Amino acid sequence: MIINHPILGPRDSQEFTYLGDATLIDRPDWQAEDAADQFHDYLYLRDNPAGEHRELWFHEQGDRSWLVVTRNTVTHEILTVELARDVARTRGRSK
Amino acid sequence: MTDAVMNTGTVAFQADGSTGARKGVQVNRLDGGLIKGSKALTFSFDGKRYTGFEGDTLASALLANGVRLMGRSFKYHRPRGVLTSGSEEPNALVELRSGGRQEPNTRATTAELYDGLEANSQNRWPSLQHDFMAVNDRFSNFLTAGFYYKTFMWPAAFWEKIYEPIIRKAAGLGSISFEDDPDAYDKGFLHCDLLVIGAGPTGLMAALTAGRSGAQVIIADEDFLLGGRLNAETFGIGDLTGSAWVEQVQAELAAMPNVRVMPRTTIIGAFDHGIYGAVERVSDHVLAPEAGKPRQILWRIYSKRAMLAAGATERPIAFENNDRPGVMLAGAVRAYANRWAATPDQTVAVFTNNDDGHRTAADLIAKGVKVTAVIDTRADAPQVDGAELFAGAQVVDTKGRLGLESVQLRLANGTTRDVHCGALAVSGGWNPNVHLTCHQRGRPAWREDIAAFVPAGTLPQNMSVAGAANGDFSTAAALRAGAEGAVAALSELGITAKTADLPEAEDAPINVTPFWYVKEGKGRAWLDQQNDVTVKDVKLAHQENFRSVEHLKRYTTLGMATDQGKTSNMGGLAIMAELAGKQIPEVGTTMFRPPYTPVSFGVMAGRSVGEEFRPTRKTPSHKWAEEQGAEFVEVGQWLRAQWFPKAGETHWRQSVDREVLQTRNSVGICDVTTLGKIDVQGKDAAAFLNKMYANAFAKLPVGKVRYGLMLREDGIAYDDGTAARFAEDHFVVTTTTANAVLVYRNMEFARQCLFPDMDVQLISTTEAWAQFAVAGPNARKLLQKVVDPEFNISNEAFPFMGCGEVTVAGGCRARLFRISFSGELAYEIAVPTRYGDAMIRKLMEAGEEFGAVPYGTEALGVMRIEKGHAAGNELNGTTSALNLGMGRMVSKKKDCIGNKLSEREGMNQEDALKLVGFKPVNAADPVPAGSHLMNADGEVSAATDQGYITSAAYSPVLGCSIGIGFLKRGDARKGEVIRAVNPLEGKEVQVEVVSAHFVDPEGERLRG
Amino acid sequence: MRYSGLKVIKEALTGHKGWRPTWRDPEPKKSYDVVIIGGGGHGLATAYYLAKEHGITNVAVIEKGWIGGGNVGRNTTIIRSNYLLDGNEPFYELSLKLWEGLEQDFNYNAMVSQRGILNLVHTDAQRDAARRRGNAMILNGSDAELLDVDGVRAMYPFLNFNNARFPIKGGLLHRRGGTVRHDAVAWGYARGADLRGVDIIQNCEVTGFKIENGKCLGVETTKGFIGANKVASCVAGSSSRVMEKAGMRLPIESHVLQAFVSEGLKPVLDGVITFGAGHFYCSQSDKGGLVFGGDLDMYNSYAQRGNLPVVEDVMEGGMALIPALGRVRMLRSWGGIMDMSMDGSPYIDKTHVDGLYFNGGWCYGGFKATPASGWCYAHLLATGTPHKTAAAYRLDRFRKGCMIDEKGQGAQPNLH
Repeated sequence: MIINHPILGPRDSQEFTYLGDATLIDRPDWQAEDAADQFHDYLYLRDNPAGEHRELWFHEQGDRSWLVVTRNTVTHEILTVELARDVARTRGRSK
Repeated sequence: MTDAVMNTGTVAFQADGSTGARKGVQVNRLDGGLIKGSKALTFSFDGKRYTGFEGDTLASALLANGVRLMGRSFKYHRPRGVLTSGSEEPNALVELRSGGRQEPNTRATTAELYDGLEANSQNRWPSLQHDFMAVNDRFSNFLTAGFYYKTFMWPAAFWEKIYEPIIRKAAGLGSISFEDDPDAYDKGFLHCDLLVIGAGPTGLMAALTAGRSGAQVIIADEDFLLGGRLNAETFGIGDLTGSAWVEQVQAELAAMPNVRVMPRTTIIGAFDHGIYGAVERVSDHVLAPEAGKPRQILWRIYSKRAMLAAGATERPIAFENNDRPGVMLAGAVRAYANRWAATPDQTVAVFTNNDDGHRTAADLIAKGVKVTAVIDTRADAPQVDGAELFAGAQVVDTKGRLGLESVQLRLANGTTRDVHCGALAVSGGWNPNVHLTCHQRGRPAWREDIAAFVPAGTLPQNMSVAGAANGDFSTAAALRAGAEGAVAALSELGITAKTADLPEAEDAPINVTPFWYVKEGKGRAWLDQQNDVTVKDVKLAHQENFRSVEHLKRYTTLGMATDQGKTSNMGGLAIMAELAGKQIPEVGTTMFRPPYTPVSFGVMAGRSVGEEFRPTRKTPSHKWAEEQGAEFVEVGQWLRAQWFPKAGETHWRQSVDREVLQTRNSVGICDVTTLGKIDVQGKDAAAFLNKMYANAFAKLPVGKVRYGLMLREDGIAYDDGTAARFAEDHFVVTTTTANAVLVYRNMEFARQCLFPDMDVQLISTTEAWAQFAVAGPNARKLLQKVVDPEFNISNEAFPFMGCGEVTVAGGCRARLFRISFSGELAYEIAVPTRYGDAMIRKLMEAGEEFGAVPYGTEALGVMRIEKGHAAGNELNGTTSALNLGMGRMVSKKKDCIGNKLSEREGMNQEDALKLVGFKPVNAADPVPAGSHLMNADGEVSAATDQGYITSAAYSPVLGCSIGIGFLKRGDARKGEVIRAVNPLEGKEVQVEVVSAHFVDPEGERLRG
Repeated sequence: MRYSGLKVIKEALTGHKGWRPTWRDPEPKKSYDVVIIGGGGHGLATAYYLAKEHGITNVAVIEKGWIGGGNVGRNTTIIRSNYLLDGNEPFYELSLKLWEGLEQDFNYNAMVSQRGILNLVHTDAQRDAARRRGNAMILNGSDAELLDVDGVRAMYPFLNFNNARFPIKGGLLHRRGGTVRHDAVAWGYARGADLRGVDIIQNCEVTGFKIENGKCLGVETTKGFIGANKVASCVAGSSSRVMEKAGMRLPIESHVLQAFVSEGLKPVLDGVITFGAGHFYCSQSDKGGLVFGGDLDMYNSYAQRGNLPVVEDVMEGGMALIPALGRVRMLRSWGGIMDMSMDGSPYIDKTHVDGLYFNGGWCYGGFKATPASGWCYAHLLATGTPHKTAAAYRLDRFRKGCMIDEKGQGAQPNLH
């Protein structure tokens, strides 16, 4: 597979390490009342779609960016690639 | 991949060897062809010597020498000859070469002849002519599809003891020599705008069109000769013969710097996003690779666009005893005659359901071969010159044990007729080579006019298909499709290419009337010749409800042989469709999967073999340690010194005990560079580490080091190490050797994904610093000789858990940490890696007066077990801080990775495992790691399991074996005597539960 | 009809006219006691044991495609009982015991062949771990032997003992492990279930569940509504897709695992070898092909196909372990979709919907589990309580912190 890195351009996926669903960005608030349940769902449950999947890849053999790749799990077609940090900010993870 | 071209033309063939010289013992050698008759090559088959010519394959040379019998089938051991002239060959498989180069199952049809070639038949005993296992053929009525599922069940033990060993011994095809392959293999990467797969008329025209536009082009073909079917046919292109046109195009392509022509290169698979795997056979056509050259190369080709121009494969017709040596595909017989100037026999008959078969007859007649009959299933078959035509007739049986002697016909009028022939050329039509279009699960579609499947549905990204591979069988159509396809593909890339004026070429339809198998006859009619799958087997599968293509394949093994059913699947499908009363497309097709043709282990491994299998990382003191005669051990990718034997030491324990005792008594030095090191800088560095570690870090003072425990988000401890604060905004973190990469990755994840606005930067500096532990009562004295005098490292100025930047050896920058894994007064000193070798020598020199010893990983391990420190065996991915006895370290007052989920009830049971130490009751007993713990009394069982020993060692300080491990409620059971059981090795030892801190439990030494 | 050598001879002499369909192709009835979704190995085994052990025969197995077309037909055929943890080993030992009597039990030769599995050991720490595992196996009634390097060499002298990057220091040998003819398992169970009255309905896709007041009443399918007292999902690889129709999110990710077979060879390997340091394992089929595999492709996928880097990685491992394989050719590769669970262990459980049951999360170890999975799922369906060997396979174990994590990798499915 080829991942079109937003900074570095197309790179072989072999340079990357895969983590999983991009919802791992949405780490719950440890002080929430139902934090235990939220952490359970966050860490253990997955939509696991057959189709478009937003997922985290780490450019380990490269610039060490974490990327959010939107990829079709049936065809492997890649639709978008974003810097995970930008995604994290848009999801409200700024301080 | 050959490009099929289907019409007749007349071309005078250039003969480049005199008839007399060619014939001789090569009784079936013809005139002409594309072989170099001037160059005779000697080769052997089953020990018998023959000659052939450059340009021959093993198959063509054997045929020219009058050899039709080349192999035996898998199940019935039926005599078999060559069926095809390409990589789709199911029958003529040989063991090529010998010794470490012995290559089982090589197709004689693709093995290029070279001087000294050595080949042997396989899967026969004692000889190809007299194969004892052919007895199976007598019992074929019992050995039908799936018979083995219904028997061999009684008595139960007999399957494994009697039946299966016999079956296993008889099964298989070729054999390996068990010697290591002496040849080298390489891997490479290529990029292009357009990859053209197949160099027949379609592919050549595409490459030419694309090449002229200036685009980056790669054209690959599995054959050693470009041209595809043009080499096998007699018609020309424009004013040129087919092969002359190929030569002209090839010359033009060769002159283009933007075009890479790759003969002997098979595209094995279409992978995601335009990546193709290709195997180039660099040296398979020579006796042994030239010095410095690999045998084969695996290329990973990154293409922006790809065109599949892989041609088509002819398919046979099934009829009774259609598997005898001499029964061949008509296109192959024609190819042998036209390209290789060889014929399987001087009398040949043709059996066809389409016009293409007639070409074989015409070409053979033109070459002086007697064609005894043209049998055409079509009542309206076209006329034939020079041979007797039987229209509306069928072949119903054949004769000839080791080679075809005659065929029996059922004529249109119902009578039978025997026709003498040593070969029968069979054509059932052509199947486009759609294989690569299916590699990403595309499904081909049925095309009625050619009675074949063509590419359809979702093709691999950016792939197009042209020519015979797309069902366009005429040469003119192929040329047009190649040119137009290239223009279209490049225009998508913004490259303008022009369709050149296309040369004139034949443009005739194929006129096929589907005919799959002859229904007459009670005997067997073969579909899959290698696996011995017959029409009867398909009928039986249908009868037993194995009716989907997948069930058919799996139940009968149809299409699962080394040719992957390239010539057999279609017939099986057609018969199943007929039996099920369905149309062929309703039955579907099986999935074609990579590789297109089989690929050697050697080329897929490339240079990653032997000691080069994975990279080897060496520590900065490696060279020095080698000089000391150290034993080394693999620690992940690292090689570390395991111990340093001294003269007179005959057992590793002597060395290790000495290293431990000398370190504890004076001073020892160990290279600990392999520990992960991460530089953490920024205003929020402390806050960030406070998130990473389970214990508190926010308030660590500058100049201090703290032990830190890292949890996974699920609350399991996964790494420990230290963080040293060099400045308000600067920490140096260490990790275990094993987790250096993982901890760094996780910290980057937290930094970028969880806390994107923290002001913190990370960089891995594992390789940047050479780091040495200096441990033992004389550690400070030693270091005071090395650290420059302006730095005060006295106990008061530089206490336990202190850190700072210093210089050594007169100005070399260094970092000094007062931390201890051994439990002794100890430091770790780090210098830039390039000074690592100098540093170990300096340290040893300075330590000479103290009798300083280097110690390896074994002594390191002994000392950490004596101190009860957790390492990889304890941080095994299932243990929590609570299990490790560090439950109270996990801060509840802050948010950190893992603390929330570590609160779950299952991880906080009353009888949770706790890390404790074990001493044998009888001091002479060893306590092996991996033993399970059982109460002193009661049964030994899984149900009564109390825990397990994780690490163990002989402690030279205590004079006995010791162990640490996890015991249920272990912290409350000190003093209890329990059993460490090891039924695996038949051992059981009584042990006393003790504190894991065997040596200096109060920690006085390390503060001294 | 009973299969036997005598029957084969009789049929051979009478033109093979007496062989009947291995299973029928009935139209679905309006309703069943139990509807099993998924005609793979586990689903068919569940139906078989429901009928045979619990007398529940009013059962349908509903299959979207053809039976046995999923992972039971695309695995590397290994069976073993060499697990470490309490939650697992008794279950896999039950499975191995069922394998040992399977062919006589369902009267179909699935070629269960206990030729031994050897896990190679390359470091002292691995030997410690192997000892702990071997002891756990023995304590649970399985078998294990710890070999030193000479013991390994005696079994397989052609492994790389000369210049290996990761020298072989020994191995853990599990003699009762081995291989089974995978397709035959599906067919044998199908035949056995069919003979006892179970309806196997192929080419019938479940499109939804009918759930009213928290109770599952049946399934909507491409062949219409089929009512059921109990609906049992058994579709590893597609679990998330199916259970999503019942509104469930699962602790599962779908990943692709590639596997490979070489051209047929005269005998090379008698047993199964796993080479952990190189991500490679291999056995040789009765037909002569080397059957081998390695790691997942690592990314989520429903594509049943993989990519080149993993092919290279696996075959590098093969060459590193057995340098004599250099000229041997890989014939075919394929990919299966794995239900990768969050701790590497499976689920056999009720769901929050009354009458709806779930079996999945088998990672890439589902094949060897087939008999016990069917046995325990049938037990749960018939009795309402988990079988004692599968009692830990609960969906709520992560909420409780009771993970069964053999590899110690945590909640990252692709690492199990």
